[in-house]
Formats: sequence, C-alpha cells, structure tokens
Amino acid sequence: MSEKVLMKGNEAFGAAAIQAGCDLYFGYPITPQNELTEYMSRELGRAGGTFAQAESELAAINMAYGGACAGKKAMVSSASPGIALMQEGFSFIASAELPLVAVNVSRGGPGIGGIQPGQADYRQVTRGGGNGDYHIVVYAPYCIQEAVDLIIRAFDTAGRYRNPVIVLADGMMGQMMEPVVIPQIRRQSSASEIAAEKPWALTGSGGARDRNVVRSLWLDPQQLEDQNIRLDQKYQRMKQELPEYQSVDLEGAEIVFTAFGTVSRIASEAIRLLGQRGIRAGMIRPITLWPFPYHAFEQIDHSTTKLIVSAELSMGQMIEDVELAVKGRKPVRLIQRSGGMVFTPAELAARAEELLSQYQ
Amino acid sequence: MKPIFEYTKGMREQDTHYCPGCTHGIAHRLIMESLDERNALGDTIGVCPIGCSVTAHQYFNVDSCEAAHGRAPAVAAGIRRAWPEKYVFTYQGDGDLASIGAGEIVHAALRGEKFTTFFINNAIYGMTGGQMAPTTLLGQKTTTSVDGRKKEISGMPLRVAEMLSTIDGAVFVERVALDSPAHIRSAKKAIVKALDVQEKRLGFSFVEILSTCPTNWGMTPVKAQAWLRENMIPYYPLGNFRCPEEVK
Repeated sequence: MSEKVLMKGNEAFGAAAIQAGCDLYFGYPITPQNELTEYMSRELGRAGGTFAQAESELAAINMAYGGACAGKKAMVSSASPGIALMQEGFSFIASAELPLVAVNVSRGGPGIGGIQPGQADYRQVTRGGGNGDYHIVVYAPYCIQEAVDLIIRAFDTAGRYRNPVIVLADGMMGQMMEPVVIPQIRRQSSASEIAAEKPWALTGSGGARDRNVVRSLWLDPQQLEDQNIRLDQKYQRMKQELPEYQSVDLEGAEIVFTAFGTVSRIASEAIRLLGQRGIRAGMIRPITLWPFPYHAFEQIDHSTTKLIVSAELSMGQMIEDVELAVKGRKPVRLIQRSGGMVFTPAELAARAEELLSQYQ
Repeated sequence: MKPIFEYTKGMREQDTHYCPGCTHGIAHRLIMESLDERNALGDTIGVCPIGCSVTAHQYFNVDSCEAAHGRAPAVAAGIRRAWPEKYVFTYQGDGDLASIGAGEIVHAALRGEKFTTFFINNAIYGMTGGQMAPTTLLGQKTTTSVDGRKKEISGMPLRVAEMLSTIDGAVFVERVALDSPAHIRSAKKAIVKALDVQEKRLGFSFVEILSTCPTNWGMTPVKAQAWLRENMIPYYPLGNFRCPEEVK
C-alpha cells in the first residue's frame, strides 16, 4: 500500500501534507520551495482539498488563518524572507489558538540574502518574529523521510495544542531527491465531525448554538493578562511533552557536535572521519528546535568530553540554546558557514580537530 | 397589540461601544437584518478586522473572527474555501481597506471571491483617534493633516468603488450613504443585492457605505450628517457601478 518512491524533497513535503489530511493550502512563489507550491496546486484538489495562490505571503498566512478559524486543516509554505512576512499571522494564529502547519524551506539571509541553503532562520522560527508572548513548535528533520513523518506529526501536534507548527527544512532538503515512503493515510473530516471535534470553529451556528468568536483582541488588561497566563501554561506543558532529539555515540566522546537538519548529516560523516584519526566524537541532534531539548545535554559523558561544537549554517544562532543547555560546564564553540556555503564533512572534521587541540 | 418594529435577531441585545451619532450601528443593523430576513444567520461567518469595528462580533449574532489590519479579505478567502456554501462577509473601515489592506481587497476582487465586503468610508481613521485616511477629503483637517489634506503631499482621496468596478471579478459594486432615511433605504437594497450575488455565487460583491464620525470630525451628529451630504457625496457619488443581470 505504501511503497518506496524516489521523490524531490519539496514534492514529498506536499505529499506528506496531503496524507496528513490537509484541507487547504495557501502559497506564494519563492525559491527554494516552489516545487511544494506547484505540487499542491496540482495534487491537493485531486485529493479533495483546495489550493489557492495568494497575492503575497502576508495574504497566504491570513487565508490560512481564515481556513483554520473555519476548523479546517490549513497549511502554508515559504522560504526565509516569505516566512518573515508571515510573522504577523503566526502571532495572530498563536494568540487565537488555531492549528496551522507551515513548512519553511530556508535559505541564506539577512534581507533578500540568497537562494542557497541556510539555517539562519533559527532565531526567526524559534523566537518568533511576531509580537507578544507566544511560541511556535519547530520540527527540524534531517532527511526527506523524517520530513514526511514530521509533517504528518505536525498536523497532529498543531491540532492537539491548537498552535502553529513549523517544519524547518532547508534549501538542500527541498531540492534533493531521496527514496521515501509516503504512508497512504489521507482522511478528511466531515463538516459534522469538525463541528463536534472543534466546538470553537466558525462553521456557522446553524441556529443550534450561540455564535462562535475567534479573537485575539483583549482591551481589558486583566483579560489579556489572564489569556497570556493561560497560553503560557500551555507552552509550559509543550516544553514538558514535546522536546525530541537523537543522540549519537555520546559515550566516551571527546567532541560532541550539536547539529540539526542537513548539517547533522554532514556531522555524521565528520564523526566517522574523526574516528579514523582516533578521535571519538558524538552528536546531539535536536529534532524539535522549540521546545529545545535542553535535557539531552545531561547525557554528555563529562569524564571524556572536552568540547561541545555547535555546527550551523549561520553566523551562530542555535549556539545560544546550546550554551543554555551546557550551563558553562564545558566549552562550547561554533563551527559555521553562511550565505549558502556548506562545509564538507572533511572541513567540519578538520576544524573540529583543530578546536579540540586547544583543549588538550 | 402588534409590534411594528423590533430588535433584529441578527443583533445581540447589548449596548455598542460606538460614539453617539456614529453610523456603524445603522450599518450593523442593515446587514444583520438582511441576513435574518433570508434566514441565514446560522449560515453566516463574518470577519471583523482592526478598526472601530474589530469588536463588531460582540454585536453580530453570527460566527465571527477578528482579523489583522487590512487582512480581512484574505481571511474571508480562507473561510470561503473552507465552507463554500455559507455566507461570508468582511466589515472594513477605510484605513483598513483603502490603506493597509489595499492589496488584499484588490486581489479578492481580482479572484472574484464569492463573499461580500461592506466598506465603511468615513474619510478618517476612527479607532486610533482621527488620523488622515486615503479617503480623507482635500482640505479636511485630521490629526496627521492639521492644516488640511494637501494634494501635493497626500494625493487625491481614493475612490474605492470606482477602482474596484474596473475589475471583472467584482460583479456587484455600489456606493450608498447613511445620512438620511431615503439613503438608508437605498443602502438596505444594495446590501440585499450584494447578498443575492453571494447566494448565486456570481462573484465578489462590494458595498461602500458613506458614514459619519462625529467624534473625530469634531461635529455634532446632526452637523456630521450634513457634512457627509455636502462634502462627501459630491466627491464620492452614490449609485451602482456594477450589477449582474441575475439580481437586477
């Protein structure tokens, strides 16, 4: 029923969203995620959903807000500067407590930046560029199969917490092809199921209930504070329930890489290269960037580890979270490229070895 | 005894926060009673974006959401795709629709979105305290044009109904005013036709409603009505710009 196929990342992301039950997709052209928008324009309608091309990313996220208000499974995708334009919407959607899934196929910045892969959206997605106290769940897959699995999970997480979820891929993952299994599980909820499962949704009252209101404006300061406290309780629960990571070879490691997405694949190979030179290296790979898996760093072998490296395709953003997790117990150093430049495994291994020599 | 006039079921029985003499209340009532008359209150979803009417959902007896400043037409486009068989409307002021949301309203018209936009044009920003809007008249004094709007600096006031009527997807476009009982009766007819267009899925329908803002105009409600009549209507002519045969 579900067979392995060779697919481009961006198309696989779309296929996964359709199987997750996506009802509505809104997009706007931006590189390097265009194949995802194109795929949804072609395939979502055939699967019983609705595609619309918006006039801007700002309109796309607000269309998705409308679709989510109406109780439907809504999705947007974009790339870094487009995600920046959507930040107003993310803040509103988090405030109004609506489920939404967004895929960010990120590229280099700031500004227009470039169209090659980048991870400099780390702060944008984990800290939020919108106003107010809110958080967005961020999944960071390292391969297309994990991206497919996490996109399906993202719809569930968004629905369960009534909160936006971003799946952060990068231009490399969007553009490359890999064998992947897309589980054939598509099911769309009927109007009566939506009304029953989402009693807050704008489905039309039908005269059977009082009118529903989806709001994010609270002019009374006490009401807004109460709302913020309620939202924060949800975020605290998410921090307990959602952090995920993968640890690799931590036992006996002298160097521990921290890397997510594409970089974690390069780090895996760098670990092997270092091993050939007699250096034991391991890795903590955060799967959720928010909530960040701070507790993963408690598993580091403190008797052997001399150095923790944050490997990033940015000028160093995740390193702030790594430092929060390490709490000064070990040195934390950055190895990075930016602008769309990507280090090779050999380059990463050599730079890590050079850094390690400073702590021998 | 037989009642001759009643509260419409479309409005919730509570006081509004609008200033004395503001015509939002009349516009609210006309829209809601038009929906009630077609027995559509249970099948309607409204979008109330930022501006004085962002809390209109407290008065409308239909499912509603708030929207970010200017984004109501995009939000309504999303709702419309979720529930193609429901009535969907946006209720937008002139700062919201003609300034920050100019892109969204043009593209909603362009796509022929099957919802209705009610556009409250009172030639000023109300909620933020009387700043110049794209619709502010030449010479009109506001808190950001204290010597009066000047063409050289701010251009001419934007005629939104005329602009939208150049777009094929906007199949029903009419401008009405709320300054007199006769005009209010005409406004009601336009609202009903706009909803007819939506019911028949003919395309985007748009009703521009010239309204008063006595507080920010610095006038009594009565003077404000006269000012609308003497200053706004000559620049913003009333009438229908586009109407499909099916609802004539």
